[in-house]
Amino acid sequence: MRKSTNQKAWWLVAPVLLLVAFNAFIPLMTVVNYSLQETFGDNVFFWEGVTWFEQVLRSERFHASLLRQLLFTSMILAIEVPLGIAVALSMPRKGPWVSVCLVLMALPLLIPWNVVGAMWNIFALPDIGLLGYSLNSMGFDYNFTQQPVSAWMTTVVMDVWHWTSLIVLLCYAGLCSIPDAYYQAARIDGATGWAVFRYIQLPKMKRVLTIAILLRFMDSFMIYTEPFVLTGGGPGNTTTFLSIDLVKIALGQFDLGPAAAMSLIYFLVVLLICWVFYTLMMRNEAQ
Amino acid sequence: MSRIEFKDVRHAYPQPAGQPQEYALKEVNQVWENGGAYALLGPSGCGKTTLLNIISGLLTPSEGSILFNHDDVTRLPTAERHIAQVFQFPVVYDTMTVFDNLAFPLRNRHMPEARVKERVTEIAEMLDLSGRLHQRAAGLTADGKQKISLGRGLVREDVNAILFDEPLTVIDPHLKWQLRSKLKELHQQLGVTMIYVTHDQVEALTFADKVVVMHDGTVVQVGTPVELFSRPSHTFVGYFIGSPGMNVLPCSIENGHPVFANNLLSSGYRADTDLSGKLEIGIRPEFVSFSDDGIPVAIEKIEDLGRYQVVTVRHESEQIKMLISEDEPIPAESPMISFDPDNLRIYCDDWAVETGDA
Repeated sequence: MRKSTNQKAWWLVAPVLLLVAFNAFIPLMTVVNYSLQETFGDNVFFWEGVTWFEQVLRSERFHASLLRQLLFTSMILAIEVPLGIAVALSMPRKGPWVSVCLVLMALPLLIPWNVVGAMWNIFALPDIGLLGYSLNSMGFDYNFTQQPVSAWMTTVVMDVWHWTSLIVLLCYAGLCSIPDAYYQAARIDGATGWAVFRYIQLPKMKRVLTIAILLRFMDSFMIYTEPFVLTGGGPGNTTTFLSIDLVKIALGQFDLGPAAAMSLIYFLVVLLICWVFYTLMMRNEAQ
Repeated sequence: MSRIEFKDVRHAYPQPAGQPQEYALKEVNQVWENGGAYALLGPSGCGKTTLLNIISGLLTPSEGSILFNHDDVTRLPTAERHIAQVFQFPVVYDTMTVFDNLAFPLRNRHMPEARVKERVTEIAEMLDLSGRLHQRAAGLTADGKQKISLGRGLVREDVNAILFDEPLTVIDPHLKWQLRSKLKELHQQLGVTMIYVTHDQVEALTFADKVVVMHDGTVVQVGTPVELFSRPSHTFVGYFIGSPGMNVLPCSIENGHPVFANNLLSSGYRADTDLSGKLEIGIRPEFVSFSDDGIPVAIEKIEDLGRYQVVTVRHESEQIKMLISEDEPIPAESPMISFDPDNLRIYCDDWAVETGDA
């Protein structure tokens, strides 16, 4: 039987195409547009080719913030992942304390980013903040507004406080899905606590943990509000991470071309790292 | 290997506050002889799994003690009891190969690697897993995984007993039979005590030398399949074993003989006349037959099962099932039935009355 061609069905796809266009494609293309041209306003553009990309990639300022960003993300991942797993493992799996623990864990996640920044800012102020004042009265020389190390420590601790819960909750969900029979079998097989973790709990948590690490990587790599409210990127440039730097270039200096080029590079870096990480984790799975 | 003994074991699971304590296991005294093949048979929730977990030490009983070769092991942790247990759902360590899975219990006990290899190869041979030793265990089918679970029990040389908790639940029917005969074969080969929990009477009766029937937290009868069939000591055993189950009918006793439907029945033995409590007779459908005089009944239903037919008849409010051969005629008018006296048993408060020969 010959099928008659009817192209009208394409109209049914139109709403989705429009939605995707307005929410992803057009904004992205605007950025691409800016990254390849120079403008002085009045909607007048001059073709620049890849000049802005070269400039950004060669700029020491970009290297420095990228390095700070990588360092920050590695630090928080190195702390939050083991800590999150440890907390999830020590949470009760049944009984009345389960809901108490879950609510306590979820609390930091419910606080808006800028509120977290403001809370920690006040909390850590060396003269009136509880943390800052206590540290100083215990003899530590602590001032996050002036010392880079203090500023970094405060930023990292703030992120750990805010986001470890996410890893805890995801890992906890993974742990809860392990049937009792596995633990019983492990006891029968004479497995030690470490072996139970290594061969039962960790493999069962692997998928959720992969997602948790991906989420934490992306979020921390794009972190803006909390350090902006806490330190404003300072002292000096010491806590100026990629997003803060990008905003400074785009809105502070109004260098739209370099800012657009930097956004694209930034985006590609995030995409690349996520892809590599996910592929590695999943290839292991397939074997 | 050892003889396992239960002394006055009772167990209650912790209840939410305010609810009365309920015993999942209501006093069990039981001896499992060394090298026996036992089946623990009973409906869901009768305490089978609880009993099994008490043997392996996954549970500590609320009361009573467990002896292995006369040594009290009630408080001994699972790992030190040398018990292997296979669960309802296969447990494999996903990230390991089949070989590593089988080697796991040995490596945990620090056996030298050369010996581990030897044992694993030997057991894999027995279970037909040799070809797949270096495959990831996660990729196997359910019966393959269950074989691994079983293999992890068998590799250990020092096991006192192997416990099976409904191990064939997730296995395809045609493989069930295969695995069951494998188990039986392994039992003969190794001579290790095996305790097999199931709610399937066919499974229990084909696997075990001795079947332990449990009901509502107690052991109601221990016996060979033949004993359970011909001399059920509790009405529950009568119901549960055999298909269809035993007919249990209310009766009274006159001169030591049961009376049902105004018929004085003779039974193979005389009962004490001073029985008090709920009195019943039990007669298996196999031993009910049509006769010229006896108890008048009405025929309700005839089911043809091929070589047999199951006839459901009714006398007043009592329903009676009978199993007769395919070619036996069914009387068309005013049928009457009689019970075989040698296989008629009297029950008082559900327990068989065993006194006095006729």
